Amino acid sequence: MAPLLEVEDLRVTFTTGDGAVNAVNGVSFALREGETLAIVGESGSGKSQTAYAAMGLLARNGRATGTVRYGGRNLLELPQRELNKVRSEEIAMIFQDPMTSLNPYIRVSDQMAEVLMLHKGQSKRQAVAEAARMLDAVRIPDARARIGMYPHEFSGGMRQRIMIAMALLCRPKLLIADEPTTALDVTVQAQIMKLLADIKRDLGTAMILITHDLGVVAGSSDRTLVMYGGQIMEEGTTDAIFATPTHPYTLGLLSAVPRIDREDEELLTIAGEPPDMSRLPPGCPFFPRCAFARPENATLRPPLVTLPDGRRRACHVPVEEILARHEAAQ
Amino acid sequence: MLSFILRRLLVAIPTILILIVISFVMMFAAPGGPFNSERPLPPEVMANIEARYGLDQPYLVQIFTYVKNIVLHFDFGPSFRLRDYSVTELIAQGFPVTLTYGFWAFLIAVVLGVALGVLAAIRHNTWVDYLATGSAIGASVLPNFVLAPILVLVFTLWLGWLPGGGWNGGQWQYIILPVIALATTYLAAIARITRSSMLEVMNSNFIRTARAKGLPMRRIILRHALKPAMLPVLSYLGPAFVAMITGSVVIDVFFSTGGIGQYFVNSALNRDYSVIMGVTILVGVLTILFNLVVDILYAWIDPKIRY
Repeated sequence: MAPLLEVEDLRVTFTTGDGAVNAVNGVSFALREGETLAIVGESGSGKSQTAYAAMGLLARNGRATGTVRYGGRNLLELPQRELNKVRSEEIAMIFQDPMTSLNPYIRVSDQMAEVLMLHKGQSKRQAVAEAARMLDAVRIPDARARIGMYPHEFSGGMRQRIMIAMALLCRPKLLIADEPTTALDVTVQAQIMKLLADIKRDLGTAMILITHDLGVVAGSSDRTLVMYGGQIMEEGTTDAIFATPTHPYTLGLLSAVPRIDREDEELLTIAGEPPDMSRLPPGCPFFPRCAFARPENATLRPPLVTLPDGRRRACHVPVEEILARHEAAQ
Repeated sequence: MLSFILRRLLVAIPTILILIVISFVMMFAAPGGPFNSERPLPPEVMANIEARYGLDQPYLVQIFTYVKNIVLHFDFGPSFRLRDYSVTELIAQGFPVTLTYGFWAFLIAVVLGVALGVLAAIRHNTWVDYLATGSAIGASVLPNFVLAPILVLVFTLWLGWLPGGGWNGGQWQYIILPVIALATTYLAAIARITRSSMLEVMNSNFIRTARAKGLPMRRIILRHALKPAMLPVLSYLGPAFVAMITGSVVIDVFFSTGGIGQYFVNSALNRDYSVIMGVTILVGVLTILFNLVVDILYAWIDPKIRY
């Protein structure tokens, strides 16, 4: 079966006053129907820009090349009108900051209804009624009465629920969630993740979950894609990635997760800074911070190779060496 | 909302009283008076005249009498220099003129300024933007005392299309040039504010959401971006509207329109105390009124503002 979404050699470049910034450098992956893919990486790893490029939401100075194939068409080359039909109807997106992602000057009912009126040709009355049902489904209490309110009259968690409800109005096949819980506090985070899991179960919606929170990834995704410096470092099933990380960066990320079952005094971090995306080194982007680094890695970029178990990774260091380190740490 | 409006109108009363007192103090502090001339009048004559206009009274009594006449009789006193005219008559005669050309100038400045600003913002960093921004900067540094003669030169002397001055009861041919001369600077300012505000709004997260929803650009701009982008423009429009409908000395003098704009300078130069006070109070009241209108419009645009 052909994948739902197929990204091939995606590159995103921003033209700035200080020269070109290469945010995404040749990312390829595929997503099957109903599957949840987590894209993980720290700030500036290109994970959000990958999604924005696919949706045509790059900033004005951004340019995307490569292919993003959906339903047999390359989304990057779609005329604006057709892209607008894909948005919402096929692929919907929710964002990091629910406090500012809804228009503060327009009633929730109008913001939701316009999606259905535009894409499904519904009347205002129909659209508002359906929007209210959707708010009910994402468990907004008293939805029918509150739908006429303005966004600022809802809490952050409620606003993210509204965003999710709005994204689901046209029953998209794919929901892209860009750090959906980052701006929320921990208990609300859990509720939102639960809601996304329920949606996946009930509607079979495929998801791309962009996050830097490995805790979020672990419980909610089928596959994980680790990005650094706009490139894929490692990709595989979430279980495999967590059990046996084969990339020094993944290993670093995993050991940086605070664990309450251990009495480590110190919170582990990955030493160094994320790379300057306008001056990426010719070799492995993670080289300056890598605990396994060898001199030749500075100049030679590791290719993304598929391992026998089906996962992909881009690293010169032998898998055994990293696994040994991982086991020693356990 | 209603109680907010009432409260604001009540606060306006002491504000205007303070405005009157300060204007009086500044007037009396300025050297000379309405009846000084190169050839001094005999002291007895001067004393007579001053007694007739109440200028021999202590300042406090003068202010009190002035306010009392306004409150009880809506009488702003006689003009000190234009015999046989009361201030009320002068304003009743001149204000409709400035109100007419000021209103049209305002309308044109807002409509074209906003349109130009929005266009420049959505075509950011293209030739449309450069042209719009460039001409806006050009227009805002072009003072109306330069623009007015150019307009007359072109449209009156060269083309012969429009009269170069006069009012003629407000016939449209006579209104056009004053309107253009007055509107240009404001139009440019509104275009620049709209452009930068629109640029900011178009970069905001909720516009990204609107794009992700698959809305067409037209709807995003008109329905999602325009309202918030108007907020900074609105706070500029209140005072600008007052300034425009009370006219400009350059327009009134250059085009001989007979509006009240000329009084702002003439009355001060002539020490025509009652006219100075009259136009000051007029501008003061209008400013308070239209700032209130702006605040009400703010509440209408931004649901977070509730009075």
